[in-house]
Amino acid sequence: MSTSNTIVVKTKRFFEEVGDMTYFAIRFLKEVFTAPFEWKELIRQCYQMGNRSFLLVSVTGFILGLVFTLQSRPTLLEFGAASWMPSMVSISIVREIGPVIIALICAGRIGSGIGAELGSMKVTEQIDAMEVSGTNPFKYLVVTRILATTLMLPLLIIMGDAIALLGSAIVENLKGEVSYLLYFNKVFDALKFSDVIPATVKSFFFGFAIGLVGCYKGYNCSKGTVGVGEASNAAVVYTSMLLFVIDFIAVFLTDIFYEV
Amino acid sequence: MKEVVLEIKDVYKSFGDNHVLNGFNLKLHKGENLVIMGKSGSGKSVMVKCLVGLMAVDSGSIKIHDFDIVSLGRKELDVLRTEIGFLFQGSALYDSMTVRENLEFPLRRNKDKIKTGQSTDELVLEALENVGLANTIDLMPSELSGGMQRRVALARALILKPKIILYDEPTTGLDPITSKEIIELMRRIQVTYNTSSLIITHDVDCARVISNRMILLIDGINYIEGTFEELSNSEDPKVKAFFKN
Repeated sequence: MSTSNTIVVKTKRFFEEVGDMTYFAIRFLKEVFTAPFEWKELIRQCYQMGNRSFLLVSVTGFILGLVFTLQSRPTLLEFGAASWMPSMVSISIVREIGPVIIALICAGRIGSGIGAELGSMKVTEQIDAMEVSGTNPFKYLVVTRILATTLMLPLLIIMGDAIALLGSAIVENLKGEVSYLLYFNKVFDALKFSDVIPATVKSFFFGFAIGLVGCYKGYNCSKGTVGVGEASNAAVVYTSMLLFVIDFIAVFLTDIFYEV
Repeated sequence: MKEVVLEIKDVYKSFGDNHVLNGFNLKLHKGENLVIMGKSGSGKSVMVKCLVGLMAVDSGSIKIHDFDIVSLGRKELDVLRTEIGFLFQGSALYDSMTVRENLEFPLRRNKDKIKTGQSTDELVLEALENVGLANTIDLMPSELSGGMQRRVALARALILKPKIILYDEPTTGLDPITSKEIIELMRRIQVTYNTSSLIITHDVDCARVISNRMILLIDGINYIEGTFEELSNSEDPKVKAFFKN
């Protein structure tokens, strides 16, 4: 096959995949508002995703704040701007670094898990078994997981941001002898609603993307155990790319709405 | 003439250029054990999946209790599916749930269908006792042997007290002794629950013991029908190939 033919085939496949995923998202939006609702499974998924990601997000957030402050400190000292550290760190973490890094971590942790779990259920006919028992597997497996990631990711990001700021405060306290009270006073002085709200809103979309891609890849898995691995891997790759696209759109819109 | 509970008429199903079913027909009568035999890849599993709406047919009609499943909506199909038990080839137990939760699962939305007034616990225990595995109720599927998993899957298929049971390769992957136990269990269930069964298999022993009637699925059509004796004594070389051992 010639190079141009390969490009045409791959482009066609890409758009088919985008179309299928859009249809999958539309189906989710239709099913999420129709009874019966799987409350018990939704709560279980929220618990699983929130609780099991807690340690990973905490450690990542703490090291993020710690390293970010350690790396920035010498440069700020050079310009005599060390007192700006809490403002700079808080705005950077809350607006951008926290949501994106934690969403990427969760894409690896949660997205691949969903892809592998649903993929494995698909190839072992467990999803078919649900279907023939008169239960809607899309509602039970997909709707609950996408809702859970959409609801849990903002909470994980808020918690990760808070722990990152704590890490930063520890460095400032040890190296710059800044009290925790002063540090956090400066943090809250610097942060505005225009920093927090867009970041929180986009984190819902990050959560939705992680759930959607993981479920789509797992639910449409084929080719046996090889397919399960592919679904898990593709869930992470596609989600990571999608997260950056969503981030770009979010920053672009924020810039329009909060333009001074 | 016995009542027809399931009827397939001129069903066609293709995957691209691969024509799997080419005008397949069958009738399943009340209380009957109908065995469908065919080579691997002959479309037996595709046919049984079309029967419960897991796959859409290209053309033709599938009637279960006079409802054409091809034209049914999602809700009506879900209601009709509670009348059908399905034993999957690989058991398909939900591996993140215990045996109890596996059996409770079909009851979550359909318990009102059972008019006996039994509680969920009683129904689960009864189904497990029927397959001789009441002691495994709190185990995970991974803690069970292949034969036990198949029996639990059978208990799950029976929990809504269906009128029709579809068996997709019930003895595949099991040793001869366990296979015999499963076949015996299927016979017992047919008597206890008065069900009609459609059994997809390429296990001649299974077909011999359990079938009232058989269909050979070759080239996507019902090539020949008859009792086990009629088919096993056939002089047709394609039919003989199935029974030569």
